[in-house]
Amino acid sequence: MSKIKITFEKLKELNKSALIPFITAGDPSPTETVSLMNTLVENGADMIELGIPFSDPMADGPVIQRASERALKNKVGIKDTIKLAKDFRKKNKETPLILMGYANPIEAIGVENFISLIKEAQIDGVITVDYPPEESKEFVKKLNKEKIDSIFLISPTTEDERIKLIAKQASGFLYYVSLKGVTGAANIDIEQVSKNVKNIQKYSELPVAVGFGVRDPKTAKAVSEISDGVVIGSRIVREIEESDEIEIISNVKKLMHSMKTAIDSSSV
Amino acid sequence: MQPYNLPDEFGHFGQFGGTFVAETLIEALDELKEMYSKYKDDPEFVAEFHSDLKHFVGRPSPIYFAERLTKQAGGAKIYLKREDLNHTGAHKVNNTVGQALLAKRMGKPRVIAETGAGQHGVATATIAARLGLECVVYMGSEDVKRQSPNVYRMKLLGATVVPVESGSKTLKDALNEALRDWVTNVSNTFYIIGTVAGPHPYPMMVRDFNSVVGRECLDQMPEIANKQPDVVIACVGGGSNAMGIFYPYIEHKNVKLIGVEAAGEGIETGKHAAPLTSESKIGVLHGNRTYLMQNSEGQIIETHSVSAGLDYPGVGPEHSWLKDSGRASYVAIKDDEALEAFHNLCQVEGIIPALETSHALAYAQKLAADMSPEEVILVNLSGRGDKDINTVANISGISL
Repeated sequence: MSKIKITFEKLKELNKSALIPFITAGDPSPTETVSLMNTLVENGADMIELGIPFSDPMADGPVIQRASERALKNKVGIKDTIKLAKDFRKKNKETPLILMGYANPIEAIGVENFISLIKEAQIDGVITVDYPPEESKEFVKKLNKEKIDSIFLISPTTEDERIKLIAKQASGFLYYVSLKGVTGAANIDIEQVSKNVKNIQKYSELPVAVGFGVRDPKTAKAVSEISDGVVIGSRIVREIEESDEIEIISNVKKLMHSMKTAIDSSSV
Repeated sequence: MQPYNLPDEFGHFGQFGGTFVAETLIEALDELKEMYSKYKDDPEFVAEFHSDLKHFVGRPSPIYFAERLTKQAGGAKIYLKREDLNHTGAHKVNNTVGQALLAKRMGKPRVIAETGAGQHGVATATIAARLGLECVVYMGSEDVKRQSPNVYRMKLLGATVVPVESGSKTLKDALNEALRDWVTNVSNTFYIIGTVAGPHPYPMMVRDFNSVVGRECLDQMPEIANKQPDVVIACVGGGSNAMGIFYPYIEHKNVKLIGVEAAGEGIETGKHAAPLTSESKIGVLHGNRTYLMQNSEGQIIETHSVSAGLDYPGVGPEHSWLKDSGRASYVAIKDDEALEAFHNLCQVEGIIPALETSHALAYAQKLAADMSPEEVILVNLSGRGDKDINTVANISGISL
């Protein structure tokens, strides 16, 4: 059973929702990525999404775009991202680790090569934003063979037939995009999200995590009550961007703590 | 011979093309596919499209025998398909008319567009004004600077121009930003892509709307030149004017098709915008798989060309297919060669060509010299150069 699946099952027994923070590898600098990841885990992350920097992140809002640009300025690309993940794994063997990125860097270093590198780094799942199921059948097959989960997005506009198609190809969990827009966009409508998550659960046994637009503890709590996981991306990346260098770790810690406390107080 | 029937239902041209977008866009693309296939052969839609092309755009555009240019080159006869004479000054308007009519039928009150040189932005703003649609145009902030007349034109036409500051601040970043807008405002917005790139069905749809150019040539060439051309030449950035003139000729196997990319300061310098000629690797950008200028880890690299409209790291997927299948060939022309051709056409024929088009003209002159006077070259004169006079004056050290 995959580490992602085990984690969701454990949390389910406790009636809890997973807290899944996102950071971009190499932002603000490659030397800080692993300590940031450790900080996330120490302060309640149940799994981590690590972003692969890309020059043209078309599904991301300005906050994560800038993180990608900073990382690229630091010369961190896909290979260094995997190296940083590997460094993280030296001390942490348990926390599920998910890479999130775009198709081109993966294809540029070669799909086979990518999969063998992430297997070595003990990465548990991959989200490739611009690989819809129709264009990624072979890729998913290869990931499955190495027991790496392929996580797919479902959007508010995804129709039922398509949810079935996506669920069939996905593993680990389903990532529900809470709003029409890019990462970090406007406030989300909890009632609508709740209805859509329930609808997705009709078609799949997989856990459903919700992301895009979770920007404060109150929203995190509300989302945790209606889903199996809460993804927090732009809000954390913004904290990294706006903090003085020496305060990044302590500020991220505070932010994570507030999110975790809110989620733990929820009544599922 | 098998008829040419690409792309397949998933938008694939062999290994190229496809739909590489986030799930958030799939529904919108499915809706667009459905509506386009519903209307593309609908007699009423087709009639309205052609009526607009005739009465608003001024089609058919003439083909002109460039006699003095031909004499100067000293070989094959050079004919120019005068897309510069269209309303708004370039081929771009053909596609824009088609997509805007589709937007109207889909009940979308707002259209958005990306633009490089500004020609597509102007064409979109023009049609939006005519149909009473709200219009937002994304344009790299670098391009806003070098194409200021077109920026003002768009504003006069009532469009909002949004300068894009991310990435390399050029066409590719404008496309990213337009996609982000679309995903956010998908219920009331139609995205009018200006080139034969993007996710399916855009490369096919933009080609189809622009192919009126090639179809007219098929009729006009026998009249004016007593034969079909031996060679058709067009410049290629994303490749919409080239696809528009190439497409109806694909099945005419004895007509050579040549696309001219921007070699910038020279292919060997790395400062160019010629993914096909420089043998770039295949990759995925803006929703499709195609040849793409990128580094070894798949980051898109900055491109260079004196012409904003060719300054794009990828190329429409159908061009990648035409190259690999051998049906078309691709060459590149440097900035200085294009500038020389620009000045030359002004002086020899009394036509100010766009800098993009000047790349095609430069190659046509070279090639004509090696051909016989019985042979015929047809160049797609894709746009007029009024928008470029500031750029050219600057390069010549003249302030206007």
